Amino acid sequence: MTEHSKDKTGLRGASILKPSRRQLLALGASAGFLTWLGPQRGWIDAAHAATPPAKPTGQAIVGLSQEPTVFHPLLVHIEVDEAVYFNLFSALWRVDPKGAFQPDLVAEIPTVENGGISADGLNWRIKLKDNVKWHDGTPFTADDVKFNIELIQNPKFIAGRRAGHELVRDIKIVSPTELTWRMEKAYAPYPAILSWTFLVPKHILEKEADLNKPAFTTSPVGTGPFKWVERVPGDHITLAAHDGYHGDGPYLERLIVKYIPDMTVLYTQFQTGDIDYIGLQGITPDHYEEAKGLADRAVMPVPQPFIENIAVNVGLPVFKDKAVREALYYGMDKKSVIEQIYYGLPSETESFLPKQSWAFNPDLPKHEFDPEKAKKILDEAGWALGSDGVRAKDGVRLEFVNSTTAGNHVREQAQQLLQQNWADIGAKMTINNLPPAVMWGDFWMQSKFESAMVGIGFMIGPDPDATDFFSSRSIGAKGGSGQNTTQFENPEVDGLLAEGAKTVDLEKRKAAYRKMQEVTRAELPYLPIFQYAMVSGVKAKLEGFTPNVNVQENCWNANTWYWAT
Amino acid sequence: MVRFFIGRLAQSLVLLVLVSAIGFAVLHLAPGGPLSQFALVPGLSQADIARIAHEMGLDRPLPVQYWEWFSRLLAGDWGRSYRDSQPVLAVIGSRLPATLELMVAAILIAVVIGISVGIMGAVRRYSIFDTLATVGAMVALSIPTFWFGLITIYVFAVKLQWLPAGNRATIGGGGSILDYLHHLIAPALVLALVEVAVWSRYMRSSMLDVINQDYIRTARAKGLPERTILLHHAFRNALLPMITLAGLELPSLLGGALVTETVFTWPGMGRLFLDSLGYRDYPVVMGILMFSAILVLLGNLLADLLCAVADPRIRLT
Repeated sequence: MTEHSKDKTGLRGASILKPSRRQLLALGASAGFLTWLGPQRGWIDAAHAATPPAKPTGQAIVGLSQEPTVFHPLLVHIEVDEAVYFNLFSALWRVDPKGAFQPDLVAEIPTVENGGISADGLNWRIKLKDNVKWHDGTPFTADDVKFNIELIQNPKFIAGRRAGHELVRDIKIVSPTELTWRMEKAYAPYPAILSWTFLVPKHILEKEADLNKPAFTTSPVGTGPFKWVERVPGDHITLAAHDGYHGDGPYLERLIVKYIPDMTVLYTQFQTGDIDYIGLQGITPDHYEEAKGLADRAVMPVPQPFIENIAVNVGLPVFKDKAVREALYYGMDKKSVIEQIYYGLPSETESFLPKQSWAFNPDLPKHEFDPEKAKKILDEAGWALGSDGVRAKDGVRLEFVNSTTAGNHVREQAQQLLQQNWADIGAKMTINNLPPAVMWGDFWMQSKFESAMVGIGFMIGPDPDATDFFSSRSIGAKGGSGQNTTQFENPEVDGLLAEGAKTVDLEKRKAAYRKMQEVTRAELPYLPIFQYAMVSGVKAKLEGFTPNVNVQENCWNANTWYWAT
Repeated sequence: MVRFFIGRLAQSLVLLVLVSAIGFAVLHLAPGGPLSQFALVPGLSQADIARIAHEMGLDRPLPVQYWEWFSRLLAGDWGRSYRDSQPVLAVIGSRLPATLELMVAAILIAVVIGISVGIMGAVRRYSIFDTLATVGAMVALSIPTFWFGLITIYVFAVKLQWLPAGNRATIGGGGSILDYLHHLIAPALVLALVEVAVWSRYMRSSMLDVINQDYIRTARAKGLPERTILLHHAFRNALLPMITLAGLELPSLLGGALVTETVFTWPGMGRLFLDSLGYRDYPVVMGILMFSAILVLLGNLLADLLCAVADPRIRLT
């Protein structure tokens, strides 16, 4: 996710909610989570639910607070663009709300068991469906798959993500519906990466003069449930049912993606019925109570895979001392942040992984708000209280700047609360907030910040591999090519990350990532605050809407949406 | 006349070059850039971002980038948007109709209501009506457009349900003229509010200036009916400063459109400008900057010409 893109409206933090404690128990497992959502509000196809129409009928309008603008899914883009990709294009397979892969363009998901992937994870065999057609009627074949991977690898192409794809070698076309390749080295997250790699047509793109500015983007062609009709820039995109679609549905005649720049206005249009589904970034918490009471609307907090943290730059003298990070964590009144500032809606967490992940470790030590203990830790570590109420040790004062994106009022309140919390234990925090384009530039990437309040999705799609954020080789400020902006270096974590990424054995991976969460919880390069939730809303008569924590936008399955009559 | 034109053109060109250089420098020197929005995209590495920056030419020295942009502009190439890779002129062109529709409607409302209120106020100076108009104008000038827009939506769309809650037309609707007009009412009124206030105040003082002149007294002494005096003798002369005002008000209309378009989800230039700034879409921001500068220069030139046409005493030299 791009925390950044969410921050554009300055309301990223404001779209966060938390179910009650009892509901949270159900949230622990996604399966349970769906049951919890299901029957009461018609958010899941219950047995008694209406049946979809025989032919595509009616339209649904998706309201988003950012504008999708990149219509070539392999080009660099932000999360809002995926709302369109899911409906216009297909990937080899998709990830469902439980985190399991479901075939999309493939006849079967390749696994070690069915011989699709060799035991060492190096050799892959992909079998495709034979009835898939591009929107222009051209058959989709193994050639298209090869073309896509090679396009991503092309150094001249501004690919959004190359991780995983750059390891693919020797792609061989066995038949129009079958291909094989070899991986340079085993890379466990690759199946997850492929689940969000949407494929584009070779027969159109190979003729383009400019790879990075193809004419294709003005009328894209995919294999998804809906085909392109038109785009009114700055306003909306219209898609229409693709009657030759190879999967379920579509049951809607038209899907319209509407851009509404202001969060309050977005909610108003949901209220007046101008839009049928309120997507990114959902309903702001201050409207949640009112929204729940709207007639004929289903409004729900939906968990998201992002974690709100205080990221501390451990490269600085003041944060090098683990005692300081521990004390700050004890001194943080998490409960008040969640209850008072976020309307009691997001859920406390100790991990960098969302609770829905298969690798989530539920046994991490529970955070306690205990200022006395915080003071004791600092005293013992030699941070003595000065006359001005600020502690110091060996000439280093316990003071630091905290930054986040300016204009995010909710976050700013949380910052002020923590500022007070930490002043009580003798730590002085100054607030210096910056516009998004500044915050997430070199300031963040090159670790020029001291501490930051930031929401991060640490996973690669549904995969818990967080090498990018925790590996000592991912530190941008030290010449690495990742997002380890806290400059956290830990040989044990490096080892666990390497192990988790190279083995295909799920149990071994699980063990590695669980251990890793223990280490990060103990070392605290990030002080975890809560797991995000977004308040989503749909018209009650819209069937088939199913939130999915593993995707970037909840209109991922609009092919199965229909209006109950 | 010809000399006036050539002089004006030269002046305008110098101004445009200055605007472009200052705009370009300020925009690029502001920290962050078009790629910072990708900072937290999962799976996108620093190396990827550096590679993209290189492909986009963002890693070259600023003067070089400016010169490249400027020389392409001279050749008629305004560049392409970073966001949707469409040519900048096409991007602006796609948003222009919506903004023009809104601005023309707002100007019409402002001119008709503003001028009428101004004349009435001047003729019946210090009457109840004049006092109310004065207070009303002060209130209108003080109300934040954003708040007023939201209140309008709340009252007329959410509560009374007389007007749509925004958008230029019903989404997925047939797009009939009536539908467009229905959607135009609220944003045009909100955008016009401030302009009505400005126009009525200017018209009032301009009319007062004229009414107190000797030739009006002469006309009254001749026994001409008050209507004739006001409409034939006073009105035309009082309109002269209004023409200049129209030219001067263009930038503020463009500015007002920024807020109004956001509140009413109006897909116009104002929205485009804000979005492009947010994404640091340099080519589009520069495009809009140049476009607006040209528009304002043209507006002022047109106003001067019209003044000369309307008032034979003015010589353009």
